[in-house]
Amino acid sequence: MGLEQNYVSLEQISLLHNRFKQLSQNEETLRRDDLKTIQDLESNPIRSQIIEAFFDSRNFQKDGVGSVEEIGFEEFLTVMSYFRAPPQHITEEQREKIRRSKLRFLFNMHDTDNDGTITLEEYRHVVEELLSRSGALGRETAKGIADAAMLEVASISVGPMAPDDFYEGITFEHFLKILNGVEIETNMHIRFLNMDATVLCK
Amino acid sequence: MELKMFILVLGLLVGSGSPDIGPNQGKCSDSLDPGPQNQGNHTLTPHSKKNFPVLSFGYDHVRLPFEISLWVLLASLMKLGFHMMPRLSSIVPESCLLIVVGLLVGGLMKLVAEVPPVLESKIFFLYLLPPIILDAGYFMPIRQFTENLGTILMFAVVGTLWNAFFVGGLLYGVCQFEGHRLVNVDLLSCLLFGSIISAVDPVAVLAVFEEIHINELLHILVFGESLLNDAVTVVLYHLFEEFSSVGTITVMDVFLGVVCFLVVSLGGIVVGAIYGLLAAFTSRFTSHTRVIEPLFVFVYSYMAYLSAEVFHLSGIMALIACGAVTRPYVEANISHKSHTTIKYFLKMWSSVSETLIFIFLGVSTVAGPHEWNWIFVVATLILCLVARVLGVVGLTFVINKFRIVKLTSKDQFIIAYGGLRGAIAFSLVYLLNTDHFPKRNMFLTAIITVIFFTVFVQGMTIRPLVDLLAVKKKQETKRSINEEIHTQFLDHLLTGIEGICGHYGHHHWKDKLNRFNKKYVKKCLIAGERSKEPQLIAFYHKMEMKQAIELVESGGGSKLPSAVPSTVSMQNIQPKKPPQDRALPQLSKAREEEIRKILRTNLQKTRQRLRSYNRHTLIADPYEDGWNEILIKRKRMMELEKKISQMNNYLTVPAPAPDSPTIARARLASDPQAWGLKSLTESIPTIKVDLASPQSPESFNMVDEIGKKGSQPKVSEEEDGLTMKVPSTTKLRKDKTANEDDDKEPQQRLMRCLSDPGPAGEEDDEDEPFLH
Repeated sequence: MGLEQNYVSLEQISLLHNRFKQLSQNEETLRRDDLKTIQDLESNPIRSQIIEAFFDSRNFQKDGVGSVEEIGFEEFLTVMSYFRAPPQHITEEQREKIRRSKLRFLFNMHDTDNDGTITLEEYRHVVEELLSRSGALGRETAKGIADAAMLEVASISVGPMAPDDFYEGITFEHFLKILNGVEIETNMHIRFLNMDATVLCK
Repeated sequence: MELKMFILVLGLLVGSGSPDIGPNQGKCSDSLDPGPQNQGNHTLTPHSKKNFPVLSFGYDHVRLPFEISLWVLLASLMKLGFHMMPRLSSIVPESCLLIVVGLLVGGLMKLVAEVPPVLESKIFFLYLLPPIILDAGYFMPIRQFTENLGTILMFAVVGTLWNAFFVGGLLYGVCQFEGHRLVNVDLLSCLLFGSIISAVDPVAVLAVFEEIHINELLHILVFGESLLNDAVTVVLYHLFEEFSSVGTITVMDVFLGVVCFLVVSLGGIVVGAIYGLLAAFTSRFTSHTRVIEPLFVFVYSYMAYLSAEVFHLSGIMALIACGAVTRPYVEANISHKSHTTIKYFLKMWSSVSETLIFIFLGVSTVAGPHEWNWIFVVATLILCLVARVLGVVGLTFVINKFRIVKLTSKDQFIIAYGGLRGAIAFSLVYLLNTDHFPKRNMFLTAIITVIFFTVFVQGMTIRPLVDLLAVKKKQETKRSINEEIHTQFLDHLLTGIEGICGHYGHHHWKDKLNRFNKKYVKKCLIAGERSKEPQLIAFYHKMEMKQAIELVESGGGSKLPSAVPSTVSMQNIQPKKPPQDRALPQLSKAREEEIRKILRTNLQKTRQRLRSYNRHTLIADPYEDGWNEILIKRKRMMELEKKISQMNNYLTVPAPAPDSPTIARARLASDPQAWGLKSLTESIPTIKVDLASPQSPESFNMVDEIGKKGSQPKVSEEEDGLTMKVPSTTKLRKDKTANEDDDKEPQQRLMRCLSDPGPAGEEDDEDEPFLH
C-alpha cells in the first residue's frame, strides 16, 4: 500500500510499539474496544470514523475489502505511516504519489460502502458527524451543507449537466480535484519526531 | 489634461493654506491676512458709526483644522491622480510617488519662503500610525499567522537583535577608523542608531507588498516580522537612550533588558487582549443600537494602543492583539452593515494615513536639518543590506530544521529583499534629544537615505524580480465549502490520531483551545443563538449570504452569479432529494418557463375557482378575498400534520435505511416537514422555486401556491406531503395503520373544501413526473 513512501524511522517504530502494547493491554492484536477506551477521543466528533479507519482493510492491503475485527502491530504501523511528513528532497512525482496515498486514505474514510464513490448519503453522513455535537441546529443544516457541497463538486468535476443527468457520487479523481487547493501532503502529518513516550494519555 | 489640473490644484492648496503642523509657527498668519473690505470689529472709532461688517475674514480660529483638512485633501487627490495614470503606477509603487510629491511640495514651500512642516513624532505615533496597524491586525489571517508563529518570532526577535548589534557595532568601528569628524560618536549612540534602523517597517512593507500579490506564506512572514519587531525596537531604543546618558552598561542592565523585553511584548499583548474582550462583550448588547457598533471597535482598539503607550509597552502589539481578539466575537454579534462599515472605515483611514506619512516623509526631507557625511551614510547603507541578508540566511538555516514546509532560497531572497525601512525609524530618530546625541542630524540624514534607498530601489525592483524569479503568487481562489468541510475533518482526524498515538501535540492543544473557546468564551461574548453556532455552519451561512447578495446585485434570477454553480442543479445530484428550504432560485429562464407551463396546465382545472390570478408573476395577492379562510384552514392542517408526524416518526425523519423506492420516496416526501411548516408560515406571497427532481412527484414549492387564492390539486399533495402524498398514499396504505388514515381523512376533506378536484387531480401524477 505504498509503504515505501511513508516510511517511519526505527525510533518511531519502537515508540509506536510501546503505545500499541499499552493500548492492546500487552496482547498481540488490537481491537476496536481498545481504541474506544482512549479518553481523548471521547470529545472527537468523528471518533467512530477514525477508529473504523484502523480496521479498514483497504488501508493496509493493496486490494483489501471490508473491515477486520482485530489488527496486529504491522497494520497499526501502516495506518500511522499515512501521517508521516514527506521527506524534503523528493521529486514532483514522488510528492504526487504521497499526496495520492494520503488522499486515498481520506477517501476511504468517507466511502464507507467501498463502491468507489462517495454518494450523497455518505457525504451527508460525513457532514452530520462533523456537526454531531451541535444539536438539532446542526442536523438540519447538515443536509443543506452537504447538498451545497455536492453541487459544487459536481459543477467543478463534470461541468454543465442536462436536467436529466444524474451525478453518481464523488469519485476518487473528483476528490483529488476539489482538494487541489489544500496541501495535503504537508498538512496531514503528526510530528512524530517530538513524540515523547512518557507523555502518554491514559 | 488631468495632470495639469492636479498641478494647478496642488499649487492652490499649497499657496492658500499655511500648512504648519510642526512646531514652527512662522510668519504664516501675517502673510495670510489680506485686507478685507471691512476690517474686524477691533477699531472702534468713537465718532463715526461703522458699517455693519457684512463679510469679514477670521482665519485664525479655523486654522488648525483647515490645514489638516487641506493636507488630507492633498493626499487623497494625489492618490486619485496616480490611479489615473496606470502606466506609471504599474512601474513605480505608490509609496515612491507619494514621497516624490512630498519632495515637490516641500520644495515649493521652501521657494515660497515658508517653513515646511516636519513629520512630528507625536502626530505620527498618535494619529497616523494606529489606523494602519489596526487595519492590519483586524484583518490578520489568524490561521496562517499561528502556523508560522515560530518562524515569525525568530525573524522578529533574533533577526532584529542581530541587525541592531551588527550595524551598530560595525558602524562604531567605521567611525573609529574614519577620522576626526566621526571619532566622538560613541558606542552607545551607534548601537542606538543600529537598533532604530534595523527594524523592518510595517507601513512600507504593507505599501509595497500589497501591490505585488505575493503568496500568503511570504506575505505573512515579512509582515508578521515587521509587526512583532516593534517590541524589540521599543526595548532597545529605551535601553540605549537611558544608558547613553549614564554612559556604561553592566550585565545587570542586559538582564533587565531581557526582562523588559518580555514585559513589553507580553504586556502589550495582554493589554490588547483585555480591551479586545471588552469590545467583544460590549458588542453583545448592541442589538438595539446598531448605528454605533463600529465605534466601539475603533474606540476600544485606540484605547488599547494609548494605554499600552502610557506604560511604554508595545502599542503596536496591543493594537494587533486587540484587533485579532475582537474580530471573531464582534463579527458574530454585529449587523452586516456594521461589519461593512468597520471594514471600509479601517481601509479608508489606513489608506489616508499611509498616504500622509509618505508625503510628509518627502516634505521632511526637504525641511529637516541635514548633515551629510559620505562615509557614514554609505557605510550605514551597506551594513544594513549586508546585515539583513546574513541574518535571513542564517536564521533560515536554523528554522528549516523545525519547519515542515521549508523555506527555499527564493523565499529567503524575497524575505531579505522585503526588509524595507520606513517612517517609524525616521520618527524615532527625530525624537532624539540633540544634547545627548550631538550627531542627531547626521543620523537623520543617514536614515532618510536608507529609507529612500529601500523604498525606491527595493520597492520599485521587487515587482519585476518577483516575476523574474517566478515566485508563487497569491491564489485568488475563494474558499469553497468542500475545502472547509475537509479541512475541519482533517483537523479532527489529526487530533484523533494524536490521541491514539498518545502524543499531546500541536493539534491536541489547538483542539483544547477551541473547545474551551466554544464552551466558555463564546457563551459570554456572543449574543443569543449564535454562540452555539459551529464554525462550519457559520461559514456556510456566510457563503449563502454572499451568494444571495451577489444574486441581488446581478439583477435577479436571469443572470446567475458566478458563485452559484449554474451548470448543475440539485436534481442532478440527487434524484430523490427532498426539497430545500432555500430561497435562492437556481433556475435558468427556460426552466422557469417550463415550471410555469406545468403549473398553468394543472391550475386550469381549478380555473373557475380562481378569481384573479396573475400567471406571469405567480405571486399571490394577499389582499384577495377569502384569504383569512385559507389561513385558518392552513392552521388546522398544520396541527393535524403535527399530530400525524408525531405518530409516525419514521416517516418524517429521513432514516437512511434502504427500502423500496416508493417507501423511500414517500418518506422523503415527508421530509419537508420542517421546511413545509416554515414555508407555510413565512413565504406566503413568494414563490420558492425549488429544484425538485424529475422523479419525485412531490410538489416542492406548490406549498406556496397555497397562498394563492383558490388552490390547485397539488396543494393537497403538499399538505399530505407531511404525511404522505396522496398518490403514494395508496401504496403506503398497506404500511400505515388505520388510525392514520382516519386522521388523514379530515385533512383530505379539508383539502376538498379548498379545491374541488382534489384527488382526481393527482391521477396523472404517478405517471408523469412533476417536472420533466
